Amino acid sequence: MTVESLTAKEVAKKVINNEPLFIFDVRNEDAFADWKIEGSRFDYLNIPYFDLLDGVEEAAAKLPTDKDILVVCAKEGSSVMVAEMLAEEGIEAAYLEGGMKAWSEHLEPVKVGDLKGGGELYQFVRIGKGCLSYMAISDGEAAVIDATRMADVFLNFAAEKGAVIKHVFDTHLHADHISGGRQIAEAIGAAYYLPPADAEEVVFDYVKLVNGLKVELGEEKTEIHAFYSPGHTIGSTSFIVDGQYLMTGDILFIDSIGRPDLAGLAEDWVGDLRESLYKRYPGLADGLIVLPAHFMIIDELNEDGSVYKTLSALFKENHGLNIEDEQTFRDMVTRHLPPQPNAYQEIRKTNMGIISPAEEEQRKWRLDQTAVLCGKPLNEAIKNWKLKERLT
Amino acid sequence: MNSDKVLDAKGLACPMPIVKTRKEMKGLASGQVLEIHATDKGAKADMTAWAKSGGHDLLEVQEDGGLLKFWIKKG
Repeated sequence: MTVESLTAKEVAKKVINNEPLFIFDVRNEDAFADWKIEGSRFDYLNIPYFDLLDGVEEAAAKLPTDKDILVVCAKEGSSVMVAEMLAEEGIEAAYLEGGMKAWSEHLEPVKVGDLKGGGELYQFVRIGKGCLSYMAISDGEAAVIDATRMADVFLNFAAEKGAVIKHVFDTHLHADHISGGRQIAEAIGAAYYLPPADAEEVVFDYVKLVNGLKVELGEEKTEIHAFYSPGHTIGSTSFIVDGQYLMTGDILFIDSIGRPDLAGLAEDWVGDLRESLYKRYPGLADGLIVLPAHFMIIDELNEDGSVYKTLSALFKENHGLNIEDEQTFRDMVTRHLPPQPNAYQEIRKTNMGIISPAEEEQRKWRLDQTAVLCGKPLNEAIKNWKLKERLT
Repeated sequence: MNSDKVLDAKGLACPMPIVKTRKEMKGLASGQVLEIHATDKGAKADMTAWAKSGGHDLLEVQEDGGLLKFWIKKG
């Protein structure tokens, strides 16, 4: 019996369009508790596939009749089996092509806006993991910022747009996900830029990304400026593109702020973080559009699936930017550090070129858990504190 | 480690390692040990969860390169 399937791209569209979907996740309970497909109107049922081998009648009774059903597993195999079993019971359900692996790797390119010289700026939304990457294209030349591991997606996208990638930047040495930056740069012969303070141990050649560095794209000379903004790492650097866009990396998010990345150095780095957020960013133009390297929750997605807000809006609304007292800020940041992602050190070493894990191994790490990396506990703490302030 | 039966599930993708293990397990008596060889990486977490949910005892897991070996005592 054949059953219908949905691609990760089709599911991403449902998330962006706020469509309803019933996710029947047949992975084991730990995997489901750890991470699932998030959508504002999605409902869920989790029963491991091995508990369905005797039949799906019991499970079928828990499935809705008025919603589309998507069966999801790790790689696809079990979801096909379960969807077929459901079909035999007369229940229509699709399965997710490629499973959660495909979902984890899906990047949705969304156009953020035009560049003054006629170019375009794209945001690559890794919707399953919350990572955000960027490509600016102008006159057939492109620059990539904070690319995720799926290098081919960026290479193919540039080729489709008839653009040659000239510059590949990482705002910092990532510790929460494997960067695709070096791979893209090597594939196309582009320059790969890293902040030198983060890159002391790297074993490959790179261009030093220093404060004030400027590159230009195409005949129109679309400008990309580097702006030193430490605090997440000691090298963390932001970018101002075309005088309109501010890529903040892991320093400033839409609804929260970054956190010092190495727990042991939190005390040292929190001062830098304070300085970047409360002194350096306020010196920039209010109208800049903030484009972070991560989003935390699906609610942060704009109507078209993009993730951004103006700097002035963030100064008003972002709780992490509204803690006036410096000591309170320091306490808040250093006392609520979330645990480091599992393979944190392995990922850093991979991004430094010290180790080269096999593709399968890299996938397994699955570390870019948004809740962990972006400091959800910190964010919650700041919100609770704000709430208390208001009450007292 | 001793086992009463060995199941070769190498090269099989999810859900087959569990499907086969379950079938073999049915032929064993309570207390007997099934040894399973698999190469599907996902089998590690799934075998653990399956044994728990089925009331079996996962005695040991060994990893040797890409080969996973499990010893499960029937509950």
